[in-house]
Amino acid sequence: MDFDPVLLARLQFAFTIIFHIIFPSFTIGLSAYIATLGAMWLRTGNDRYHLLMRFWTRIFAVSFAMGVVSGIVLSYQFGTNWSRFSVMAGNVIGPLIGYEVLSAFFLEATFLGVLLFGSNRVPPWLYVLSAAVVAVGTAISAFWILSANSWMQTPNGHEVRDGIVYPSDWLAVIFNPSFPYRFAHMLNAAYLTTGFVVLAVGARYLVAGRYIDEGRTMLRMAIGLTAILAPLQLFLGDQHGLNTLQYQPIKVAAMEAHWDGSKPGDFHIFAWPDEKAGENRFAISIPRGSSLILTHHLNGLFPGLNSVPASNRPPVAIVFFSFRIMLAIGMFMIATALFGAFLWWRGTLFETRWYLRVMAQCWWVGFVAVIAGWIVTECGRQPWLVHNILRTADATSPVPGATIAGTLALFVIAYGVVFSFGIYYINRLIAQGPTGPAASETGHFSASPISAAHDAGRTAVRQT
Amino acid sequence: MEWYLPVIWAALIGTAVAMYVILDGFDLGIGILFPFARTESERDQMMRSVAPFWDGNETWLVLGGAGLLVAFPKAYGVVMPALYLPVIVMLLALVFRGVAFEFRTISRSKTWLNVAFTIGSTLAAFAQGVILGGLIQGIRVQNGAFAGGTFDWATPFALLCGLSLVAGYGLLGATWLAMKTEGPIAERARAQSKILLLAVLVFMAIVSLWTPLADSRIAARWFSLPNFYFLWPVPVVTALVAFLTWYWIETGREVPPFLATIALFLLGFLGLVISVFPYLVPPSLTVWDTAAAPASQIFMLLGTLLLLPLILVYVGFIYWLFRGKVREGESYH
Repeated sequence: MDFDPVLLARLQFAFTIIFHIIFPSFTIGLSAYIATLGAMWLRTGNDRYHLLMRFWTRIFAVSFAMGVVSGIVLSYQFGTNWSRFSVMAGNVIGPLIGYEVLSAFFLEATFLGVLLFGSNRVPPWLYVLSAAVVAVGTAISAFWILSANSWMQTPNGHEVRDGIVYPSDWLAVIFNPSFPYRFAHMLNAAYLTTGFVVLAVGARYLVAGRYIDEGRTMLRMAIGLTAILAPLQLFLGDQHGLNTLQYQPIKVAAMEAHWDGSKPGDFHIFAWPDEKAGENRFAISIPRGSSLILTHHLNGLFPGLNSVPASNRPPVAIVFFSFRIMLAIGMFMIATALFGAFLWWRGTLFETRWYLRVMAQCWWVGFVAVIAGWIVTECGRQPWLVHNILRTADATSPVPGATIAGTLALFVIAYGVVFSFGIYYINRLIAQGPTGPAASETGHFSASPISAAHDAGRTAVRQT
Repeated sequence: MEWYLPVIWAALIGTAVAMYVILDGFDLGIGILFPFARTESERDQMMRSVAPFWDGNETWLVLGGAGLLVAFPKAYGVVMPALYLPVIVMLLALVFRGVAFEFRTISRSKTWLNVAFTIGSTLAAFAQGVILGGLIQGIRVQNGAFAGGTFDWATPFALLCGLSLVAGYGLLGATWLAMKTEGPIAERARAQSKILLLAVLVFMAIVSLWTPLADSRIAARWFSLPNFYFLWPVPVVTALVAFLTWYWIETGREVPPFLATIALFLLGFLGLVISVFPYLVPPSLTVWDTAAAPASQIFMLLGTLLLLPLILVYVGFIYWLFRGKVREGESYH
């Protein structure tokens, strides 16, 4: 059997990084939510916020552990699978990742220890502050890793000598042209993803008629957040797209399956891009829709795929369809979040059972949108690993295909097991609920004597 | 500057690796000793003794890997493909033991998670030893890239290094437990410490004899004159520390055996540095051959000088916060 090492290295990296991104896109938002709950608990003394904080912290711990271990893998895969990339771009990429480790990873991991185990050893303010530090740490981590990724998309502030990249202006490297857009788009995506998980869990409790108070709090907070962030994401995505059109026009052409740049682009609601013939089949399109979106002009022109040789084009179908999946989910999020806000305003949010039933099933939408979005931007960069500097095919390690295939199989099995159990255990924590063993077994402390008394009263009431 | 920078970075990465080996060493050691616990409650206590720290401990491994990429990208690009299989096995093993920490607190049936924790910890320790051995014995390099085969690392020497590290981490774990727990766990840990200390000393002796015999350059480094005049205290101090470790375990001291074990590790590390420096990828690439551009090393050095002391402060804080012994029944999250 003949193994293609480049394809296998790509498949292995795609698999491990898709698995990994699931967890940061949840924990970035969740840590911020936990810190918010903590701040509200300190300010109001209302024990419900404390209960919710403990509950989500348990779920955070499981997700964060999966994120940490799958992230360690990635920091070594640059070398195991992409050693020529490491040698060629290490001068620039290395420090960005180094700063991520030093400024974010230690911060998160250390203060997570306080958040998980320190509640009876530190005063409440320090306990809540630890949650905030973890949240800030996850955002700093996103800052550096997105800077590194954006540099691969829109390299800047460097020079190439003898096939090696040398930094010439660090600020230009870090704040490369696509970074501000990608960072804003991804960070917002992470908060939205978490918002829809919290929304789904709250809706699930209300549908089941359990933990009504906690469910309502979650629902209100989640709808308040997503009704603002989901429309904002449309704006951020549009800006990001315009930036991509400026620096990586062929990626945009693939996203729109736009072949002939001499004519205005239609927006294809559906199409089957035929990469051999260089045209679309079965297209259902809005005439000139893409031109309107991308140039804000009906007759606007933008480069087509045919303007570059086939060897410089990304794979069109996967980019095209992933973009449509992301877009469809984005529209769904805007619609459901705004409709939820409308129901809330009408005062019927908690009684509109069909809406709650639908939302209870929709915890996964953000994750799929994030993965689809990353497939668009990473596959859309092909055939380059560093845009216009290093081809993916030239960046691999001198490792035989069979070795990569074997370890890919190991990764699939191991991650499959870990992921299944992770989902199973998180679901169990949710089923146990905020007042279940997840929160109450810990002998939690209270912010004030009054809320302690309140707490005791609640327990007494519940036991009767 | 061009001469000093790579040396400074080699020292920094050496520090990160030493921090990792000591810190994650004791929590991997807990996993290695897991099967010898009698009850679930004992296992809970063992895990609880490292639970607030393990995330942070493993971050030093990321720092070691990222540091190598930052400061010595050419070494990173040679070592990782050369040690591809042991590196990936180590990573997968760490995945299993890491998630076992969290899953175990939720799951009702703990048997399989105990197994995953033990196998993951032991395999990670073994793979790290193999990686170390694979590096010491040398990597075939042509034109600055790895030029060997998939299984070049698989030699008796590397496998011996794997076993040595399992014993070493086990000793760190046992002395940690003797310090952080009480009752039957602490007593058992003391008994295990003695056996593991003997095993570690035997392994150290074999590795120390094997390397100069197999590699004439290492032999020349240690036994040529005047080097020997300066280096003879290293084995003597090691022997002294080993004796003190034994004595302190025997007399039931709690903290000193753990600290002495750390000293043993550091002495072993020092011996390694003496043997291979300035080679980062023996036998051909030195720290200067593989260094990143000075602009990159300086940019990162500034951040490191600013952030590393801060990291040490809050890592110190968390060890201080969770000081003292873990008692039976003390709650998890």
